[in-house]
Amino acid sequence: MPTVSMTVNGRAVTGEVEGRTLLVQFLREQLSLTGTHVGCDTSQCGACVVHVDGESIKSCTMLAQQADGTEVTTIEGLASNGGLHPMQEAFREHHGLQCGFCTPGMVMSAVDLLNKNPNPDEGEIREWLEGNICRCTGYHNIVKAIQSAAENMRG
Amino acid sequence: MYDFNHHRPGSIDAAASALSGADDGKILAGGMTLIPTLKQRLASPSDLVDLGAIGELKGICEEGGAVVVGAMTTHAAVAKDATVKAKIPALAHLAEGIGDAQVRNCGTIGGSIANNDPAADYPAALVGLGATVRTNKREIAADDFFTGMFETALDDGEIITAVAFPVPEKAGYAKFANPASRYAIVGVMVATGPAGTRVAVTGAGPCVFRLSDAESALGSGISADAVANVSVAADGLNSDLHASSEYRANLVNVMLRRAAAAAG
Ligand SMILES: Cc1cc2nc3c(=O)[nH]c(=O)nc-3n(C[C@H](O)[C@H](O)[C@H](O)COP(=O)(O)OP(=O)(O)OC[C@H]3O[C@@H](n4cnc5c(N)ncnc54)[C@H](O)[C@@H]3O)c2cc1C
Ligand code: FES
Ligand code: FES
Repeated sequence: MPTVSMTVNGRAVTGEVEGRTLLVQFLREQLSLTGTHVGCDTSQCGACVVHVDGESIKSCTMLAQQADGTEVTTIEGLASNGGLHPMQEAFREHHGLQCGFCTPGMVMSAVDLLNKNPNPDEGEIREWLEGNICRCTGYHNIVKAIQSAAENMRG
Repeated sequence: MYDFNHHRPGSIDAAASALSGADDGKILAGGMTLIPTLKQRLASPSDLVDLGAIGELKGICEEGGAVVVGAMTTHAAVAKDATVKAKIPALAHLAEGIGDAQVRNCGTIGGSIANNDPAADYPAALVGLGATVRTNKREIAADDFFTGMFETALDDGEIITAVAFPVPEKAGYAKFANPASRYAIVGVMVATGPAGTRVAVTGAGPCVFRLSDAESALGSGISADAVANVSVAADGLNSDLHASSEYRANLVNVMLRRAAAAAG
């Protein structure tokens, strides 16, 4: 079986995969990083969003072998020194989640947005979240959380 | 998804020989269409030849009055590229409006045009701007490339390497997007430049098409008023759960006027 190697949340990992193994399967089933969720499995919902070489992507629509040699960050890799990432903190503070199923993907997508645009307006945030579906919140508090995180992260 | 062998060649030649050596090989670009297709078992290739490691297929450059976009350049890269924004802002705007951020980070121009989805955006850009498709074997004019619904002039195993867009004097793109996927229910590209005055419509019919009435109406100057009375017949347009053919016919006029206004 083919082998893949990548850096996941700062740790070098190697594993055997099939051609058809998806990145999300590799993360969840082989690395036990179950923070990344599978909502739709059809590239629509964004529950599976992780970063590959710094860009947000849907890990249900990338083969593990396409990520060979890359740096991957999942929701588990955001917190540092036992403290939540400012985006996670803002989601908690502003009640940006209810059931929490969409949250890992929302947070990873929002972090990519702020990497590219540290000061997005409400319209830009809503537009950016096109690929992330939430069945619970109505998005209002998610947008508020991202605005607040943007403010805190700009300092 | 059935299993397959995955290849990751480092050059176009190596990709071509991996394809010809496979029983039933298929090219993998951004995977945004192909992986969902494999999951649904609508395709079951023996081998996938992944173009992701071929550096010469990525990137954008200027070449004698044209902007040349490598086949593996993502929609996100086209949207933010300084040359595209300066020379063909309508193309950057089109790329920025494809799908969502994560789709734009993976999906490529080569994959989009090879797939030729009737609702895809890029076919309107290629035909509207009079682009040329470069492959590992030849060059194909955009007018000859898109041959029907999900059909192109590509031979089996032929690899798109780049698309060359002549820099227009003026160009504008407007689409009425499906609110869920952002695919075009109707999208119109209007341009004037070295390739003449051209109007291309995507989403409305089974395949991108040129609108000659609009092209002649715009001959003496690009403006929304000039095309106010241009209409298309609903016969032969797509009719599905998203929009009837009559609704699409009306949208062609509305998007045409918006694209002309954006270009003017
Ligand atoms: C949720 C979602 C929303 C989307 N919204 C839009 C939208 O609004 N507008 C739009 O235009 N598109 C949209 N898309 C499609 C997306 O833009 C991709 O461009 C498209 O799926 C194909 O590109 P890809 O690079 O992912 O190709 P792949 O899926 O990897 O390949 C597609 C096909 O092209 C072939 N192929 C790929 N590269 C080459 C090459 N260099 N030479 C020859 N053949 C090749 C493959 O063999 C395959 O048959 C959407 C997709 C998703 C999942
Ligand atoms: S699980 Fe990947 S987009 Fe829904
Ligand atoms: S909080 Fe339940 S899906 Fe978003």
